[in-house]
Amino acid sequence: MRALRSSVVTAVAAAAALAAVAGCAEKSDGKGSDAIKVTASDDACEVSAKSFPAGHVNLSVDNEGSKVTEVYLYAPGDRIVAERENIGPKLHASITAEVKPGTYEIACKPGMKGDGIRQKVTATGKGATAKRDPRLDAAVAAYRTYVQEQADESMPLVKKFTDAIEKGDLKAAKKAYAPSRVGWERTEPVAESFGDIDPKVDLREDGLAKGQKWTGWHRLEKSLWHDGKITAADKELAKQLTKDLEDWRKRVGTADLTPTGMANGAKELLDEVQTGKVTGEEERYSHTDLVDFEGNVEGAEKAYTLLRPVVVENDKALATDLDKRFAAVKKLLDGYREGDGFVSYDTVGKTDRKKLSDTVNSLAEPLSKLAAAVVVTK
Amino acid sequence: MSEQTEEQRPSPSRRALIGWGGAGLALGAAAAGGVAAAVGTSDRTEPAAESGGAVPFHGRHQAGIATAVQDRLHFAAFDVLTDDRAELVALLKEWTKAAAAMTAGRPVGEGAVGGLAEAPPDDTGEALGLKPSRLTLTVGFGPGLFEDAKGRDRFGLRKHRPKALVDLPKFPGDNLDAARSGGDLCVQACADDPQVAVHAIRNLARIGMGNVAIRWSQLGFGKTSSTTPDAQTPRNMMGFKDGTANIAGTDTAGLDKHVWVSEKDGPDWLVGGSYLVARRIRMHIETWDRASLKEQEDVFGRDKAEGAPQGKQREHDQPNLKAMLPTAHVRLAHPDSNGGIKILRRGYSFTDGTDGLGRLDAGLFFIAYQRDVRDGFVPLQQRLAAHDALNEYIQHVGSALFAIPPGVRDADDWWGRALLS
Repeated sequence: MRALRSSVVTAVAAAAALAAVAGCAEKSDGKGSDAIKVTASDDACEVSAKSFPAGHVNLSVDNEGSKVTEVYLYAPGDRIVAERENIGPKLHASITAEVKPGTYEIACKPGMKGDGIRQKVTATGKGATAKRDPRLDAAVAAYRTYVQEQADESMPLVKKFTDAIEKGDLKAAKKAYAPSRVGWERTEPVAESFGDIDPKVDLREDGLAKGQKWTGWHRLEKSLWHDGKITAADKELAKQLTKDLEDWRKRVGTADLTPTGMANGAKELLDEVQTGKVTGEEERYSHTDLVDFEGNVEGAEKAYTLLRPVVVENDKALATDLDKRFAAVKKLLDGYREGDGFVSYDTVGKTDRKKLSDTVNSLAEPLSKLAAAVVVTK
Repeated sequence: MSEQTEEQRPSPSRRALIGWGGAGLALGAAAAGGVAAAVGTSDRTEPAAESGGAVPFHGRHQAGIATAVQDRLHFAAFDVLTDDRAELVALLKEWTKAAAAMTAGRPVGEGAVGGLAEAPPDDTGEALGLKPSRLTLTVGFGPGLFEDAKGRDRFGLRKHRPKALVDLPKFPGDNLDAARSGGDLCVQACADDPQVAVHAIRNLARIGMGNVAIRWSQLGFGKTSSTTPDAQTPRNMMGFKDGTANIAGTDTAGLDKHVWVSEKDGPDWLVGGSYLVARRIRMHIETWDRASLKEQEDVFGRDKAEGAPQGKQREHDQPNLKAMLPTAHVRLAHPDSNGGIKILRRGYSFTDGTDGLGRLDAGLFFIAYQRDVRDGFVPLQQRLAAHDALNEYIQHVGSALFAIPPGVRDADDWWGRALLS
């Protein structure tokens, strides 16, 4: 982990904007003359205007269906600009947002499930961004879904881990530790973009600032493996970890993802492997580094795979190389599997670590060219 | 000889060059013209450090051997990771291209700045604004290229392995660290500016990532040899001049006799090349410093002040070997004691911090070029390892042997072409 890095996204700002939007949703009457009427029903999502000036936008929502619904305003790639959940039948709600010129989608989700019924809308004005390759928008949308899934699927695994700690079950806690981290490791650059979450959950002891309280996975890792016991304080830390990660799960969908951000995120995941995992620093007590290693590689490969159709067109040689290098890294990792996980990293000798390092470098170097291959047509 | 001349021509700085943007082609032509002009007006004995100029990359022999020894070294040995001959060839071609640019003071590829904002720059950039600094890049092929440690002939080169590319025997007193020994490829980067040498190795390693990985590398901060006649031999970390009877870069006959592989020697692909022995020789600096001056001078067989052979006045005076102790370093190493064996030495002093026991991790990174190690380094070292009084103060901790292919002839040629095409 790295405490503050946000090259992928500017989610901190996005989250703050969202909070402000949610705050005024309750108060606004939503019936101003500029408001865009959204009429939600069980099988339709009507909007009164498909084109409106950029800037302050007010969605005046009426749920005329029989199901509880929710309404989203999405930017390309399914980035949530604003949303309102739990709009009951026959109820009215108002959503406001600041939007830049560009294309958006308004979605109604009757029953609060699925992708919803969508309407394309346009915010007009100067400085509209150039139209992006729709395949890249699709890649970003799919990546957003992946990131959210990883967070969703992590929570039961996190709970298993924290429950074991709260019960004082050392053995079960140790067993549940590494699996609870996989979803986080796969999507770490996105998770890290929320500057306030990462230091609470994934900080290592050497990353502590003076006076900073050490919380999160690695504090518990030290208790379990180094101290060999679970204290009352650890049980509190486990509760806090669940809470902080639930915060991550709720916010991760709002991250401002872009195609180049995905590409750089993939590279950053390999950087994580090279600087933290190959050295054995990340999991210095549990030695479960190879589990994190695999998570990082899987997350990078996911981003690459989604961008690949465009990369193949722009830089075929790069795609061929990356396919080969990902396969080589995965094959090498396979050699270290043991049970449903990996061998303890303290049993991996210097020569083998160098081989891992060389192989990671072999992938990371071409991966650093992915972002350019997404934006530039050769 | 004209091919490996290293006279300097005034060279534009890297900073000036990058400002030219797309003028690479015009610049290349200008550089080539510069070389041609320089050949006719060479003064090979003049050290080039002050001009910061460029040493011609193309020639019959690789530069960096007979070239007047530069002040700094970065030497790297690589393991070849790929088993694919085509990838090896592509790598050597790309290395050649990058080396031609860097030795001329130009950045690699599209440069270090001004490129696409989303992409990492082709060149790492730490040599921006620095002069070519007489950078030479010399490539060698280790035994592993012809047959790897598992006995596999990965590239179909086994049949081309030169007979003289032997596995060096174990010499008495060797304490070799495998992690500091061997390698399938090597690159010797020498320059008068250390940053220029380091930049070159770093960029070649980066270009090679995926196909090669650095196995070990060594920085040398001060030259200990001279290939320039009349020049004083630089002192090593023991405070002595050693190897004063080196082969001069201007001694065509001597180079042909002792350094360059001839057609008669073969194999054909190596004609005009050489063999490089590298030895990391750790010096027990602290105990050496406690030795009396007399003992130090007896160990070497030289006077410490001038470097003159014992009983003589000047460094380059003909030594009287019999006046020295039978175990004196000069007496044992001198061609007259070894049936006329001569090697071209190009070693550098190193200090890699301390060893955790409060001792300097310092010594000599010995580099020697020769026509055949079986008539050169091997018998010489067998003799030294068995008898040299210096052995009490040194230990060989790293070792490697490489076949050095001939020079890259022109812009269409590449390192190893004769072997691999």
